[in-house]
Amino acid sequence: MKDFLFNFKMPEHFLVTGDPLIYGAQVSIVLASLAILFVLTYYKKWGWLWREWLTTVDHKKIGILYLLASLLMLFRGGVDALLMRMQLSAPNLNFLDADHYNQIFTTHGVIMILFMAMPFLIGLMNVAIPLQIGARDVAFPALNAVSFWMFAAGCMLFNISFVIGGSPDAGWTSYTPLAGNQLDPGPGQNYYLLGLQIAGIGTLVSGINFLVTILKMRAPGMTLWRMPLFSWSTLITSVIIIFAFPVLTIALALLTLDRLFGFHFFTLAGGGSPMMWANLFWIWGHPEVYIVILPAFGLFSEIFSTFARKKLFGYGAMVYSMLAISGLSFLVWVHHFFTMGSGPWINSIFSISTMLIAIPTGVKVFNWLFTLHKGRIEFKTPMLWALGFIPVFLVGGITGVMLAAAPADYQYHNSYFLIAHFHYVLIGGTVYGCIAGLVYYWPKITGFLLNERLGKWAFWWFTAGFNMCFIPLYIVGLKGMTRRMYTYPAGLGWETWNLIATIGAFGMGIGFIILVWNMIYSFRRGEKDTTGDPWNGRTLEWMTSSPAAEYNFAVIPKVKGLDAFHLMKKERAEGRKEETPEIKPIHMPKSEGFPVVMSAFMFISGFGFVFEWMQIGAFGLLGCVITMIWRSFNDYDRDYYIPVEEVKKTELAAGRRV
Amino acid sequence: MRLKTGYVAIFFTMALLLSGCSSLKTGVLNPQGPVAKEQYDLIMWSIILMSIVFVAVIVLFVYMLVKYRAKSTDEEYVEPEEKENKWLEVIWTTIPVVIIIALAIPTVKSTFKLEKSPSPNQKPITIQVTSADWKWIFKYPEQGIETVNYVKIPANVPVRFELNAVGPMNSFWVPELGGQEYTMPGMTMYLWLEADNPGTYIGRSANFSGKDFTHMQFNVHSVTQSDFDAWVANVKKTAPKQTEAMFKELLKPGLVKEQTYSSYPDVDVNKLDENGKPILEPTTPHHHGTTEETKEEKKPENKSTDSHSHNHHH
Ligand code: HEM
Ligand SMILES: [Cu+2]
Repeated sequence: MKDFLFNFKMPEHFLVTGDPLIYGAQVSIVLASLAILFVLTYYKKWGWLWREWLTTVDHKKIGILYLLASLLMLFRGGVDALLMRMQLSAPNLNFLDADHYNQIFTTHGVIMILFMAMPFLIGLMNVAIPLQIGARDVAFPALNAVSFWMFAAGCMLFNISFVIGGSPDAGWTSYTPLAGNQLDPGPGQNYYLLGLQIAGIGTLVSGINFLVTILKMRAPGMTLWRMPLFSWSTLITSVIIIFAFPVLTIALALLTLDRLFGFHFFTLAGGGSPMMWANLFWIWGHPEVYIVILPAFGLFSEIFSTFARKKLFGYGAMVYSMLAISGLSFLVWVHHFFTMGSGPWINSIFSISTMLIAIPTGVKVFNWLFTLHKGRIEFKTPMLWALGFIPVFLVGGITGVMLAAAPADYQYHNSYFLIAHFHYVLIGGTVYGCIAGLVYYWPKITGFLLNERLGKWAFWWFTAGFNMCFIPLYIVGLKGMTRRMYTYPAGLGWETWNLIATIGAFGMGIGFIILVWNMIYSFRRGEKDTTGDPWNGRTLEWMTSSPAAEYNFAVIPKVKGLDAFHLMKKERAEGRKEETPEIKPIHMPKSEGFPVVMSAFMFISGFGFVFEWMQIGAFGLLGCVITMIWRSFNDYDRDYYIPVEEVKKTELAAGRRV
Repeated sequence: MRLKTGYVAIFFTMALLLSGCSSLKTGVLNPQGPVAKEQYDLIMWSIILMSIVFVAVIVLFVYMLVKYRAKSTDEEYVEPEEKENKWLEVIWTTIPVVIIIALAIPTVKSTFKLEKSPSPNQKPITIQVTSADWKWIFKYPEQGIETVNYVKIPANVPVRFELNAVGPMNSFWVPELGGQEYTMPGMTMYLWLEADNPGTYIGRSANFSGKDFTHMQFNVHSVTQSDFDAWVANVKKTAPKQTEAMFKELLKPGLVKEQTYSSYPDVDVNKLDENGKPILEPTTPHHHGTTEETKEEKKPENKSTDSHSHNHHH
């Protein structure tokens, strides 16, 4: 027993050492943490932080937390990217060595997909979905906080690998046997497994939460077929999450058993199958790429319709094509390893199923274009990002179809051609969607308008930089450059293209800085959004004040059709009498402390398992379980009513009639 | 009009890039054998089809932007009443379907064709390729010789590469001769390639395999049949023999120079585990169309001499 409790084997290097970059990072992390602690204490903000943010169950605040975290991760992942591009800007550079480069491309990929794209979209869902369907919150507000804090715990765990113990270095795909204990011992790969596992719990819970919210909490009159497209895309995405994430959970758990407890699921020795990992990973992984694109599709649909001042063209076709995509997304995973010798039959079948995805995607593109037809297009920044998405996503999509042809893929696979494809869809689709959604909802989130001029600068820097970065990568891929090389020899005709790509990457960086600057600037100098409806919106979220009151709607609206708020405004303009419904006391959930405590235990547990200190891992798990049990015995008095007087006061303060 | 100028600028720079700089006729776009040619043709066909889609969408896009952008003259704009248009939906569902059929048919044809020898009437040569941390080992079972980090093949002769790995997976890729195939531990995969002419082609690993993966570049020397025969005879006469100990040494992680051996030991690499140690327990067969199953040999389970190393890290 004593042996078990006090047996901490230390890895060779507990703190990562030996690189000035990393020393710099360690010092700045310590300094930044101290500064934050100091500011919070000095201004006596601890109570505020706990009451207003750490224990909040308000979907709007949780949305903001998600967005902050993902912007931070976009920055971290972006720095990773710039470091890589610097290393590749010329042949035979020694700016990063192989070990560092391998860690950086791994953390870049994991962070961008799991800790940036997904939380960014979940953040926007949190901000908008309850408002859009006319609800007061999500179905399970406390669980929503659990989702966020689990994600935060996983994300933090993954990120500290950089300074404590070393980062994972087998790629975001972490194929076995390379990622197994035999070839890659140590904490790095464990960080990958446990960070993703913990964050994955959060995602799965979000999926369930939004599914139930959308199915059960819609305002009276809002049938499924009157839902805005962002709500539809969230509904469908939630279903994909619920089916796909358990596969990831299992895959990670099996590899964790392999690495920590000497099991042999994926090791040859002992009769395991290394290729099983590739299968499990992509059975989750391909749906995952649609998890991060469908919500973006939803946002684009809202934005096109708002700024073209027209109803979305082909609403039904838009919904059915998303349903088709979500179904197909589970039937194509083998296209990620056409070159693992699955045989001509399997390759042919998966080639065709992959190409089929292009059909519903094409239908969507044409419907978006025809939404513009006979509209009145205003080039506000959200619309710029949405319009910019069309041509760049098109490039990503058509090269996707090229990749789908298995024999051709033998030539593209794992080359920079593939890298360019998925960056065109992920940046051109997901990141453009996230930014479009962010600037679209910014007034609703903060109550301030962003500066249009700065917004346009950000868009053009980013777009020019993006194309300049990734078009050359298609070419250099066809010239035989493979992904994940930390350097390359001169004389293969790769130099110029790589240099151009690096310059482009810095252009994107400038775009990002302008974007962030615009956000900060809006707080200081930005125009206030007094109407709550800065874009002449069509859906219910624009009915509320900006930012929306805690209870969202003083009175839950009645929905009479698609684009419900647009219809109301039309009726008002036609002079139809408005009924003034009576305000009643509003039933709201109270703040909850247990999600953050539970996630803190989860973090401790994860950290313990990363270093294979089983006693700490077990302690954290136990703490987590005890918190859950405690919460289930304290399930009373978790709600309260906001009295009518207070609602009226809030509404009047926001300049609304009551 | 910012938007349009922006895109014009992008296209202009792209055109400049494409015309200037170095030639594109290298790698995948410079096929030097029937396999690469087959894939090149499919790639070109897909580019043609996709260009149609690209042009159609871009033209529509620009048209909409120019025609329907907000002007000061149409402030009185009222939203037009629009019905769902069945015909439009049918049209733009059919067009992608047609394009995809046009791509799917040659895709399937090629997929099956590439499973077989590119020159079925010619007697092929077999070369066994093993990737190990971080090197390529080429065994010539018909000639009994072995090379490391380079491979010599006769031009105009179909080569049947039999691929496997010790340690992590890699991917064997010689872009100018044809597409890649993974090398995987514990199972053998096939790849047919053929060079039309004598020449030297660069190959490399396309699948990340750890620290020195980047340096897994090798040359494929294609020579005439008579030069090839002369080379083999010379190797047999002058090159050293490879003992089992030397082979085991070679499997250890690290980088090595090009090497040539007049013989190689009889070691079945499919029976080695991740660290190059013999697998003691029976392996389960993999079921794969183009792979040859590892012959199952029931050996008594022997836990005490279990040499693999899940607990060998510290
Ligand atoms: C028209 C639709 C699309 C088609 C036909 C398509 C096809 C493909 C194919 C065949 C591959 C595998 C290539 C290879 O590994 O050699 C691939 C890789 C990939 N695709 Fe797509 N794709 C499409 C859309 C998307 C979208 C919308 C996303 C995400 C937003 C996406 C993200 C990715 C990623 C992340 C990878 C590579 C992951 C990796 O190996 O690390 N694709 N795509
Ligand atoms: Cu995929």
